Formats: sequence, C-alpha cells, structure tokens
Amino acid sequence: MGMTLAEAIIARHAGRQVEAGEFVEVPVDFVLANDITAPLAIRTFRELGAERVFDPSRVALVPDHFTPNKDVRSAEQCRIVREFAREKETLYFEVGRGGIEHVLLPERGLVLPGEIVVGGDSHTCTYGALGAFATGMGSTDIGYAMATGSTWLRVPRTIRVELKGRLPRWAMGKDLILHLIGVLGTSGANWCAFEFGGAVGALPLDDRLTVANMAVEAGATAGLFPPDEVTLSYLSGRAVREFTPVYPDPDAHYAEAVEVDLGALRPMVARPHSPANVAPVDELEKISIDQVVIGSCTNGRWRDLLVAAEVLRGRTVHPEVRCIVIPGTQELFLRAVREGLAEVFLSAGAVLSTPTCGPCLGGHMGVLGAGERCISTTNRNFRGRMGHPESEVYLANPAVAAASAVLGRIGSPEELTGEEER
Amino acid sequence: MILEGRALVVGDDIDTDAIIPARYLVTTDSAELGRHCLEGLDPRFPERIRPGDILVAGENFGCGSSREHAVLALKGAGVACVVAKSFARIFFRNAVNLGFPVLECPELGEITEGHWISVDLGKGIIADAENGTSFKANPLPPFILEILHAGGLINWARRREDGGQKRDGA
Ligand code: SF4
Repeated sequence: MGMTLAEAIIARHAGRQVEAGEFVEVPVDFVLANDITAPLAIRTFRELGAERVFDPSRVALVPDHFTPNKDVRSAEQCRIVREFAREKETLYFEVGRGGIEHVLLPERGLVLPGEIVVGGDSHTCTYGALGAFATGMGSTDIGYAMATGSTWLRVPRTIRVELKGRLPRWAMGKDLILHLIGVLGTSGANWCAFEFGGAVGALPLDDRLTVANMAVEAGATAGLFPPDEVTLSYLSGRAVREFTPVYPDPDAHYAEAVEVDLGALRPMVARPHSPANVAPVDELEKISIDQVVIGSCTNGRWRDLLVAAEVLRGRTVHPEVRCIVIPGTQELFLRAVREGLAEVFLSAGAVLSTPTCGPCLGGHMGVLGAGERCISTTNRNFRGRMGHPESEVYLANPAVAAASAVLGRIGSPEELTGEEER
Repeated sequence: MILEGRALVVGDDIDTDAIIPARYLVTTDSAELGRHCLEGLDPRFPERIRPGDILVAGENFGCGSSREHAVLALKGAGVACVVAKSFARIFFRNAVNLGFPVLECPELGEITEGHWISVDLGKGIIADAENGTSFKANPLPPFILEILHAGGLINWARRREDGGQKRDGA
C-alpha cells in the first residue's frame, strides 16, 4: 500500500516500510531548543552521560522567548544555554544575530525537505511547510536526540487537506488554518499529520509556514506540504545541506480527507480562549481593543510585515491602542528598515521591537493587565497566555490586526477604506 | 502498578499555560514549579492539591506548548498520576519520558471530586471505591509501558546501553 508524506519520510529514515500507529526509532536530521526548553534538555543530556552532541552542525540553540533577557532568572537560563552551546560547539544564535526560532531556521536554510526535525518547542511543526517531518517534543526527548541523533515516533495517521481556488484579498494562510482548527477543534488532529495538496501552488511560502505552524493548535503532530517549485526556489542559495525531497504515493491511505476552497475563505478571528473559537471578522460585533501584536513564529515574516505596512501606511494607530510590531528575525528587521517599513510602523505610532517571542507567551514587551483585550497575529489565545488571567486575546492575520489597530476595535482592512471614504 | 488516591477533577482542554503559566518558566525546579501547579486555571488551585492526589481530566489534557515544566509542576505538587479522556500528544510523551503515569480513558464517566479512586495502569482500570463504579481505559502500548517501567526515557536509554542491544521499534 502507498504511503502518505509523513509515512514516506519516516520510512526513509527507518529504512523500511512503516504504517500509521506503529512505534519506530529513527535518526533525526536536525534538533533545536530555545531558552526555555534547552536548560532542561541540557540536564537530560548530562544525565545520559553524553559528552558530545551527535553532530554540532545539526543542533541549534536559539534564545528567543525571554530575550533580550527580561530579568535575572531568565538571564541565568540563557547563560546555561550559551555556555552549553560554546562547550559543545552547536549552532547558536545570539541576540542581535538571530530571531524567533521558527522564523530563523527556515530563513537560514537549516531545515530541509525530506528531513526529520525535532524541536523542544511545540511549533517545530512549522518546517512542514518545507516538506520536512518536523515535530515538537519536550526537553527529555530533545536531550536524548541531541545526544544520540535519534528519537522514537508513533507514525501518525494522516488527514489530507485538499485545497482549491486562490485566497481572496486580505485573506492569508492564517485564515486557512484558523478555519481548519475551527472545523476540527483543538484536538481534532491529535496524533495525526496534516498533508496539504491540490492548489498548494497558489499559497506563498510565508503563508504555508503560518499554516504548518498552527497545525499543532488542532493537536497535529505535523503539518506537511509536499515540496514544489515555490519551496525549491525559496531554498536555492539558502539550503546548508544537500537534500532529497520526499513525496506521498498516489495510492497513499488517508485516515480522513477535508476539502477547503481558498476562494471562499474570509479573514477569520479566533475569540478567547481557544484557537478553535473562530468566526469571520465581518460577523463579529464591535469589540474594542487595548493592544495589537503583529509578529511571532506564526506571522512575523516578510509577507506579514508587508501586509501590515500596507494597511498602516499613511494611517495612525488609534489613540487608545498600543500597537507592537515584532519582525521575526534580525534580517527581517534590517530589511524592514531598508525598505521603509520601519518608518511606516513608527510614524503610524506603533512600537517596533527587536525579534523576540515576548508578548506571545506573556513574557515581556507587551504583557496584558486585568481586563485588557488584545488582537494578535500569534497562535494561542488560551486564558492568561499574554498576561493576566482576566485578559483576552483574539487571533487574526496581520491585515486584520493592523486594521484593528487603526480602528481601535476589531475590524477588517475593508472597513478601514470604507470609513475613510465616508 | 496500582495507584490509589483522592480524585481531583478538572475539565476539558486544560492547556499547558493553565498547568504552569509562562511567567514561572524561569526555573526548572520541580518543587518550585509545583507550588504554582494549575495556577493558570485557578490561582488557589495549588492549595487544593494534596500529595498523592489523582488528577481526573476531560478531553485534550495538556494541549499547547511543549514545556516539560507542566509535568514537573504536577510531579512537584505531588500529583500521583493523571487520568483523562484524552491527552495532547506532546504532554503524553513528556509524561512517559519522565516516568509520570498517565492513563487515557475515552469512556471515562463522572468521577466525584474528593472520592478515593484506584488506577490500575497495567490492566487499564479506573475504579471509584466509594460508589463502586469503574471504567476501562486504553491499555498502554508495550513500547510506552517499557519506558514507564524503566522510570522514564533516561533510565530506559541507560538500561538499554547496559544491555548492549539495539532494538528496532516495538
Ligand atoms: S513566537 Fe510564541 S508560539 Fe512562537 S515560539 Fe515564540 S512563544 Fe512559541
């Protein structure tokens, strides 16, 4: 019987045919961890009695969550990571030369089609956009993988998502994945992989990264896009290693199939306190906001910044709103400066921050107080995620977030032009 | 392995931010994390936990981030085991890897807060001694049991190394 993309990648690593549901041990191609998960992974690594990481060029440690260090304790965690990275000569991306792990590693060509990537972060699934079987794990798994270059997996069942049509104006990858999470629920894809097919070519790579990023919000192990010309051209001149793309078999067996018409998608909003609590933005009542966050591993990439700037250009952030824009990496920040986006954001009255996860997990750079409401391009709106347990987070794409910043309430870019014409 | 303890009941979709809010992730100390266990759900929750309690949850327990601190917090608070209708994948892995018993029971019916219950991990039976009800859980796959019995992934790996044998899957 044919194999799905997830099965095919795992099979190639296991050196034999595999089937959904079975447990296998596989070699991994790349391992990563951040300032929160690495300290524990390092502890595991030492407890295992390991001396060397399996391959220093395939282990990346990225301080991004509470960096630049937000307090003494987070500084101590980062110090553990930095010292380990130096000692074991792993890849390490210091503040000012790095960024948010899941924006950074694809940008640096470090995660590639056909590979198995494990990361001490649930959004490691982002790299599925490039056709890698990439999945988040806890620190013990990561310590073990750093030491041995291998891991255990339960081969996931695959949900095939057949796309058709093209995204309408102001709809983005974010809306596709919010729609799917809304349909399937936050555990609808638990222990499953998504495999996207059909009109994938119409989705820009940055949008695919957003979609794969949030696969875990439906519980999925991975969110996979078979590599195409878009993928290969993105990687040319970027990939740091040779790679062999892997594709699903035409007669693959899928546990479930879902069809999505991209053309029918409208910009969506996930209301508190679940990413599955979605509705089209134009069906929401008027909801005032205190803060807007544009950034994160979900929507902190170039296209996201471009779209936000397009909406904010020549406009100003509502007097009662704080708008925080965070490019995902140093390179993107620099490009935003060079290409005039920085000026658009700053003159609109937004804050432009150095790359960090910061507010996404209620760390710093925009933590919410009691009763405050934020619309954010991040991926989780669990209770208390961005600060006080009585604060609220709405999730949306960068166009909707930027438009809301101007409106002072949740709304779409279309409303903005409408209001100005009136 | 049979565990007995007082039932502590929570609902569906208890995410990792509820189990241990991000502001406490500046430490990896289990006891300290335990003092804030489930604080994201209810600021007074840590006071409700007594060592040996069995946490009974609904669907999708542990969804969200990969933070192993969530398991450490439960362990640190003295929770003996978690029984849920379903677990999010990463949380389940983390629990197994840290040798923390978890049992998935899709058929799990109502369990009364404070009742004395027993959990038979090998047979997959959850029983409420106070009202005589019991529920049958999914038995853990042999591969998972092997790691749990070893006391977690680290011991499992060490033991395997001592045995000098490499095995392929399970
Ligand atoms: S941006 Fe948010 S979701 Fe992404 S890695 Fe950072 S904390 Fe996690």
